[in-house]
Amino acid sequence: MSTPYAKLPAWADYGLIPVINLFVAFVVAGFVVLLVGENPFRAAAVLVEGAFGRGQGIAFTLFYATTFIFTGLSVAVAAHCSLFNIGAEGQAYVAGLGVAIVCLAFDSVLPWWLLFPLAIIGAAAVGALWALIPAYLQAKRGSHIVITTMMFNFIAFSVVVYLLVGVLKPANSMAPQTRTFLDGAQLPKLNWIIELFGAKIRSAPFNITFLLALAMAFLVWVLIWRTRLGYEMRTYGHSPKAARYAGISETRIIIVAMMISGALAGMMALNPTMGDQHNVALDFVSGAGFVGIAVALMGRLHPIGIVLAAILFGMLYQGGAELAFEMPAISRDMIVIIQGLVILFAGALEHMFRPYIQAMFASISPRTVGMEAVKGKGA
Amino acid sequence: MDVFIAIVQVLDSTIRLSVPLLLACLAGLYSERAGVFDIGLEGKMLVGAFAGAAAASVFHSAYLGLGMAILISVAFALIHGFASITHRGNQIVSGVAINFIAAGSTIMLGQAWFQQGGRTPALASGERFGAIIWRGADAVRGVPILGPIYSELISGHSVLVYVAFLAVPFTWWVLFRTRFGLRLRAVGENPAAVDTAGISVAWLRYRALICTGVLTGIAGAYLSMVQNGGFVKDMTAGKGYIALAALIFAKWKPVNAMFACLLFGFLDALSIRLQGTPLPLIGKVPVQFMQALPYVLTVILLAGFIGKAIPPRAGGVPYVKER
Repeated sequence: MSTPYAKLPAWADYGLIPVINLFVAFVVAGFVVLLVGENPFRAAAVLVEGAFGRGQGIAFTLFYATTFIFTGLSVAVAAHCSLFNIGAEGQAYVAGLGVAIVCLAFDSVLPWWLLFPLAIIGAAAVGALWALIPAYLQAKRGSHIVITTMMFNFIAFSVVVYLLVGVLKPANSMAPQTRTFLDGAQLPKLNWIIELFGAKIRSAPFNITFLLALAMAFLVWVLIWRTRLGYEMRTYGHSPKAARYAGISETRIIIVAMMISGALAGMMALNPTMGDQHNVALDFVSGAGFVGIAVALMGRLHPIGIVLAAILFGMLYQGGAELAFEMPAISRDMIVIIQGLVILFAGALEHMFRPYIQAMFASISPRTVGMEAVKGKGA
Repeated sequence: MDVFIAIVQVLDSTIRLSVPLLLACLAGLYSERAGVFDIGLEGKMLVGAFAGAAAASVFHSAYLGLGMAILISVAFALIHGFASITHRGNQIVSGVAINFIAAGSTIMLGQAWFQQGGRTPALASGERFGAIIWRGADAVRGVPILGPIYSELISGHSVLVYVAFLAVPFTWWVLFRTRFGLRLRAVGENPAAVDTAGISVAWLRYRALICTGVLTGIAGAYLSMVQNGGFVKDMTAGKGYIALAALIFAKWKPVNAMFACLLFGFLDALSIRLQGTPLPLIGKVPVQFMQALPYVLTVILLAGFIGKAIPPRAGGVPYVKER
């Protein structure tokens, strides 16, 4: 689909516009803070202080960021293929079952460094399979991927609740969660990295999954921009007709892209389960799949942008907890509002400021927006 | 006779449970028929529910509450329009954004204004919509078969229930018998043709979204002022998405929408009724299975195994006048 907008220099397109959109989102959020009778500047200070002020805060910020990198990448991979995967939430949720099965089966026999790869495979496979059905239906039967993945979120929720309450819960326990994993399924922490810089950390769930997330971000970059498959996905994303004409199989590309997307969403399940809680409980995803949408849009579907956006959202989650503690009028739901505003301004309204910026660029230097300087015309 | 009473009771709660679905589903019908996808039904219902209950408890008037619910819900619909019609943003992204803003702001403002953990104060009887007892409902209660049907099923609901069911023929009339409806359907199928005829695509779509906002506002008011005596956080609990599923199930037609919503409401009523009681032959049905059933049915329908659901052709595509 051709965009009705002229080109901007890359740094403005990928740097300036997201920053402006983000800024507007935060200004509106500031008004909400005013509405409940608090000072938005102080709120912002508390938030940043809570997220980066102490080593403890940084570790929590990065722990949340790990989760959001996975879901952000998941949404982005599908989006490059012009598929809107709104089902990362459900894919991550059922992937928790994959983690649970691997961990419950092997946590007494294997050490963590053998179990971790198995759990990665388990989570990714289950997540990918959960994305396979909507992908197949989109590719073969033409049912809209947004609606089917959304329905699959709800179905996932029912399936997981049923299994946790009925099958995976230990007989002597009331809480709908698996038993606590043994040492073999507890991932090592990375807090020492932050402690190298002289910060003190009491306990924080920042763990080795973060490295996996960074590796995946790199692999997604390789996939999208350096492989044939990624090229085909982007081609299909820009123009399904062109892709068909070039002999790219529509069915294959949709299914492969959605399964990769589902696998990435599924890996998210490793972080809160093996990395933090050491069990699989109800609600361990708690909206991370939807945060992934905001992260992917913020990061303009590029892995580097996604990692940065994920850290930003990690900061919001961690700082938001501190904020709720410091200012009782502001609850943690402030983050949900900010998240919504970011999706609105960085996603749906991303073109709102573009004409003005274009006009500005055109008046400063016409060549940057692809216009020839007007010659020989007297004013 | 016990079985009969039980059936009437299940049907009665079917009606009560399907009303918010029906209102939201008709709301979605207006906007999707005009070519604007709206997955923000959930969020608009939620802000409607909050605004309604909050205004009703502050001003002590159910009708002021309803008015406020509609007002705020329309405002959110206009945000969706601003993003997806005026600025040609992605309609799904915009809907997701609205759902988040609604979920967060209702809890936060509720907590800041009423200090009850995101709830609004419990509504007194004058601040809610009470049941309307039809003439002679008590007198005929004793009559076998027809008595309970009249006094339980038909009589004794709040005004919003009747509004919801009257909205079905009204919507049908608007869409299929008025000039506005013809244009609205046309703009969802082929906006360029509407534009060529000299009618503003944007203004038409905005009007469709205002209809959407009004109906989601009423749906929200029903949740917080009829079904429940006050707002509770996240009280829509996915009803906006079920309404969307019902809309697809109904193939974007108003009368079908009513039956789809009654079916989903019935499943819900049945799952509440059957909780824990084993069925003959099948045994105990897990609650989660009943909860997932509407979604599973929708997926099967979408896959084209029960007829084919074809959405309005221009749905989800922002209209660009010229390039």
